[in-house]
Amino acid sequence: MTNGGGIQEGNIVDLISIQKTFDRIKAVNNVSIGIKEGEFFSLLGPSGCGKTTLLRVIAGFEVPEMGDVLINDKVVNSVPPNKRPTNMVFQNYAIFPHLNVAENVGYGLRNSKLDKNLLQKRVRETLNLVGLDGFDNRSSTALSGGQRQRVALARALILKPRVLLLDEPLSALDKNLREQMQFELRQLQKSVGITFVLVTHDQTEALTMSDRVGVMFDGNVDQVATPEEIYNKPRTKRVASFIGSMNFFDAEVSASQGNSIIALNHNLGKIRLKKESVFGMEGSKLSVGIRPEKFKLISNDNKKAGRAVSAIVYEKSFLGQTKLFNLRFKDGENVITVSTSDLKNAPNPHIGDEVKFIWDEEDLVGFYEE
Amino acid sequence: MNFSEQDKKGWRLLGLPFIFSLLLLAVPLATMFALSFWTQDYLVLKKTFTLANYRQAWFEPVFQTLFTRSLLISFTVTVFTIIFAFPVAYFISFYGGKRKALWLFLITIPFWTSYLLRMFLWKVILGYNGVLNSFLEWIGAITEPLTFLLYNSNAVVLALVHGWAPFAILPIFVSLEKIDRSLLEASNDLGDTAFKQFFRIILPLSMPGVVGAVLIIFIPTIGDYITPKLVGGPEGLMIANMIQVQFSKANNAPLAAALSVTSLLIVGSISILFVLLNKKHLRNY
Amino acid sequence: MKQSSKYLKACIVMFLIFLYAPAFLLPIFSFNDSKVIAFPLSGFSTVWFEQLLYEDTLHDALRNSLFIAVSSSILATVFGTLVARASSRYQFFGQRASVTFILVPLILPEIILGVCLLTVLIQLGLNLNLWTVVLGHTLLITPFSTLIMVSAFNNLDISLEEASLDLGMSAVQTFRLIILPMVSPGLISSLLIGFVISLDEFIIAFFLTGVEPTLPVYIWAQFRFPAKLPSTMALGTILLIVSLILVSLFEYFRRRIELYNHYSMELDKK
Repeated sequence: MTNGGGIQEGNIVDLISIQKTFDRIKAVNNVSIGIKEGEFFSLLGPSGCGKTTLLRVIAGFEVPEMGDVLINDKVVNSVPPNKRPTNMVFQNYAIFPHLNVAENVGYGLRNSKLDKNLLQKRVRETLNLVGLDGFDNRSSTALSGGQRQRVALARALILKPRVLLLDEPLSALDKNLREQMQFELRQLQKSVGITFVLVTHDQTEALTMSDRVGVMFDGNVDQVATPEEIYNKPRTKRVASFIGSMNFFDAEVSASQGNSIIALNHNLGKIRLKKESVFGMEGSKLSVGIRPEKFKLISNDNKKAGRAVSAIVYEKSFLGQTKLFNLRFKDGENVITVSTSDLKNAPNPHIGDEVKFIWDEEDLVGFYEE
Repeated sequence: MNFSEQDKKGWRLLGLPFIFSLLLLAVPLATMFALSFWTQDYLVLKKTFTLANYRQAWFEPVFQTLFTRSLLISFTVTVFTIIFAFPVAYFISFYGGKRKALWLFLITIPFWTSYLLRMFLWKVILGYNGVLNSFLEWIGAITEPLTFLLYNSNAVVLALVHGWAPFAILPIFVSLEKIDRSLLEASNDLGDTAFKQFFRIILPLSMPGVVGAVLIIFIPTIGDYITPKLVGGPEGLMIANMIQVQFSKANNAPLAAALSVTSLLIVGSISILFVLLNKKHLRNY
Repeated sequence: MKQSSKYLKACIVMFLIFLYAPAFLLPIFSFNDSKVIAFPLSGFSTVWFEQLLYEDTLHDALRNSLFIAVSSSILATVFGTLVARASSRYQFFGQRASVTFILVPLILPEIILGVCLLTVLIQLGLNLNLWTVVLGHTLLITPFSTLIMVSAFNNLDISLEEASLDLGMSAVQTFRLIILPMVSPGLISSLLIGFVISLDEFIIAFFLTGVEPTLPVYIWAQFRFPAKLPSTMALGTILLIVSLILVSLFEYFRRRIELYNHYSMELDKK
């Protein structure tokens, strides 16, 4: 199943029905995506889902056996990487060890007719842009991971590409540096105005930095949408599980009422979902999903207690900003997770306590099961 | 059979050197193998199949003696080189510190100097009027030159050990380096003495290196020509000398070929046997 | 523990002395004013070196050896580079078997190589000349070259080549600017070691040389003339020094390969 962003005018990159096979395995399976000019687009998915392959298809390092790659409305299938208006930041940064920082950054400008002074000036400006002032004569082998990444960025940006491709650029950095770089990358993208296409397996990264995210599994794109939409309205069960945490309940469809669908789960009872939040091929079985923070714990004297569902707390964790409760239903089944950031007012049960919780209809998503 | 892009690209590069090796290695080896089943009459080759050469090579006393002697010399050299090499490798690996590369370099320099010269020096040293004898006479340790030094198997063994010891050091060193030092710390922690540690941990884990060293020494020394010719005298000659004689003076290339094939068989089977016997030590190699 | 290590160190030093002692005889007796290689020493003289200047056959043999050494080290390096590039960049059918086959000369006794090569050449009715020796030496040196170049190419991560292309360089430029500089320590090491191996090689040259001897073959012939002994020692001294210089150079360049080795290992950590 593919769900591109729609191939339309104004897209800087269009991937149409791309298929790429390696050793009989379809790394990319009939994928169509449109990337808008000037946006920060992320390809998100677990290892081996094909996201890096897709990135390399855009760059020109992989040639799809089927489908078309368009950059700026021109078909570039047969255009080699050195002639495409794209530049890539490789996962291992690929800094040339025998050249110093300035030589690395200025590498791509060798074929331009720039005179030496202008070239050096541009190198200096670009190093300034990525926060590496004065690093011109540094040896490449003496750089830290974060510094190498900036050199790789500078080396690509100096060529003013239409699209900058980044292959898991932050995965090798430690946590603090990663968060800092996420912010910096976003700022950088906004200030230079270039389209960024970033590949990552880290959902926080994708959701934090991007204008839109394409989520991939096993060579297919399940959804392309804004981070908010991906989080609140995931289109497939895979996307729902991959992003954040999700509680799932099996339910039988019992009725269809106007805009809603009624389903039955033997612990939650009658569940009402909005039709627009239910995805997949219609059937009788449904997997209903709701995020832990959308379950609200209520105290017994709350007026909504009547339609609330009960369960027993068997574990709780304190995570700083949120509290996490693992609940088990009376029949021993179905562990669900409830989280709350409202540490002041929400009920604070102990392990073994019975609690009641409610939810909003619009916070539910449903996926038809085969 | 479908050939992928990778296959084509790989062979486009490998093609030339591979064909070269095929022509200069496989074809000659095959030719020599074929030759061993023929006979030569002065300069004329009779290409009828016969096992006569092999009968000679395996059953005539002179050749049997040579094979046995070569095996014995090779075996002795291997044992001694490893006995000398192991402590040296151990020292460099465990006590070498930052200068390990320097130690290794110093040890292997001789390898890159002329083998011929090095073996010749032993002739000069051990001779009747040679360096050692003249030195001992000069300082008054002996009154007459020692005769047992040169032109026998012992001289061959001595010279070969001297020449090949560095070769044994390297593989043993590599094996010792691979031993996870934390294993030794753990064993210490659990009560092993240094002596026990050596036999229970270090020695077994260094076996791949020892096996490598054995093969590196054994295989080339058994076929050595220079050393026995220079310092072996009539009773120190080895199989390679006979092969050369048969090939040139005796005009019996087929016999030389049969002797060569036999040597390969002996060396090959001993090596394989040795590796198999040590299989349990090489499990993770 | 310290005690035993000092004892061990003493053993190692003694071993090194044993290893090097014979070599010291070369310079000692090259400058010794005596026709006999024996103690006591007779006094300083450079006459044996001077003798070398007039040995025409020696000069011819030297010329032959140099020609063979340069040719075979270049050929072997080319072959080794091809093999190394193929194995490091591609996965192809029969890879392991064919590369192992190319490495076989490492474990074959040289006399066997000499005998079979000579057999084939005789069968083909070819004349023995310098080129036959070049072929034999190339066969011998290629495995060494291959191993060195494999190590050099291991440092050449494919992403470096891709980055160069991505930044706008052509394949030729990538070769000139990235590939060549990064494997050049390997190329130089391979050429040096091939040169040294060929220069010192005796057996294959002995079998395959016609009327134009190589240096080792010439030296071998000198062994039967006791009068030539001291000048042979002098020649040996010169060869020793040359080998030492070349080997030190080789070690220098081999360490340069290691330098990039560390860097590429860090790349792999990602």
